[in-house]
Amino acid sequence: MGAIADNIGTYWDGALVTVQLTAWSGIIALALGVVCAAMRVSPVGSLRVAAATYVEVLRNTPLTLVFFFVAFVAPQFGLLAPLGFWTAVICLSTYTSAFVAEALRSGVNSVGVGQAEAARAIGLTFGQSLQEVVLPQAVRTVIPPLINVLIALVKNTSVAAGFAVVELVAAGRRVALANPADSLMVLGGVAVGYLVITMSLGALAATVERKVVFTR
Amino acid sequence: MAQDRPGSAHEPTGPAAADRPAPPTSSAPGEPLVVLQGVDKHFGPLHVLKGIDLTVRKGEVVVVIGPSGSGKSTLCRAINRLETIDSGTITVDGVPLPAEGKALARLRADVGMVFQSFNLFAHKTVLQNVTLGPIKAKGVRRADAERTAMGLLERVGVADQAAKLPAQLSGGQQQRVAIARALAMRPKVMLFDEPTSALDPEMINEVLDVMVSLAQEGMTMIVVTHEMGFARRAAHRVVFMDGGQVVEEADPETFFTAPRTARAQDFLSKILTH
Repeated sequence: MGAIADNIGTYWDGALVTVQLTAWSGIIALALGVVCAAMRVSPVGSLRVAAATYVEVLRNTPLTLVFFFVAFVAPQFGLLAPLGFWTAVICLSTYTSAFVAEALRSGVNSVGVGQAEAARAIGLTFGQSLQEVVLPQAVRTVIPPLINVLIALVKNTSVAAGFAVVELVAAGRRVALANPADSLMVLGGVAVGYLVITMSLGALAATVERKVVFTR
Repeated sequence: MAQDRPGSAHEPTGPAAADRPAPPTSSAPGEPLVVLQGVDKHFGPLHVLKGIDLTVRKGEVVVVIGPSGSGKSTLCRAINRLETIDSGTITVDGVPLPAEGKALARLRADVGMVFQSFNLFAHKTVLQNVTLGPIKAKGVRRADAERTAMGLLERVGVADQAAKLPAQLSGGQQQRVAIARALAMRPKVMLFDEPTSALDPEMINEVLDVMVSLAQEGMTMIVVTHEMGFARRAAHRVVFMDGGQVVEEADPETFFTAPRTARAQDFLSKILTH
């Protein structure tokens, strides 16, 4: 216990970076995911194909490989500074956006096709019918899978530890190296840190879910 | 709009038949409003519409009947492009149906549609269902849209349900709300795709009564239905479809009493014998 108490500041700083990584990547991933899901259900074929390609490529690539590409390959073509917080955000948000898009798409498909037809029949544009009719109804079914995606994101931020971002895992590793006798305790502390973050997300999800309930 | 007219069966009973405005076969038609020319449509290998030619004039009420799978629903849905067509042209008030985009949305605003399964927006109240189109698609102010909507709900007899969600209403009430929702856009023509087929028998008449009164006020209507009583009471013309083709067209009296084609005779004998 002593090692954790002595290094609580290091833990705190690491956890803060993890939360920041999650927050920025989560927000960007949600935005990208909404655009991507809208493209996948749009009436324009080329948009559907582009979005499907994007999703399939990112969803089926290991996250570590995405980091390697962005951190080491992209700079060779003069893109981006290597390593650092924002590089990690770019990797995490693009990767996660593919999963967000799929979760949203499943939600959109869960809303009966008649709802979208009725929306179009009263003269709403494609965007309006998504915004006014389909998405508000999709939200309810989409919350649980979306929270799964965000919880996975919280844990995926640990990959950034290998790319010069000192978040919770990197912080824990430093403490463990300095206190080899207490490494079980130290890494247990890291796990508890993740647990606190993910469980807060779960609680948030429950609140949102209660708010969007309606009878079909 | 008597909702519980005594002795209300689907077929017009004595008094209802007497109410019937003699369908003014010759007088009603104004200029052409909906014109289909050589419309073809396939679902994969299935040829659902085969060179359909149909003209519906302003103020005309056209009932489309036929066996299931005859393409009548597809025809109805093609008129506001919920189904695309392979070839041929469809014009509404002289304007060919636009492809996707804002122009199509504008056209759909002028074409009211009532579905078999109501399709009321499940997460919005009855009032919001009716005001959504005017507010979002036409930019009407909320207060004005709500006043118009309440008037329409009053008219279809469900004003007291305005604050409820669709799931809390009976099928007949939901379908009447759906009609009000379509009317709120002040459409040039109303399409009804089997509007009573998903209803319990005792609710059919409350919906048909609303439709009859609409017809009497001169609304242009294209109605896909199995309700022969409605066709007799309100239609100017009956279009009989089979196998993706218009097999026969006539005024209701002629069609029901003296169908020309063997196919129509056969269809009528099957549905009218019981």
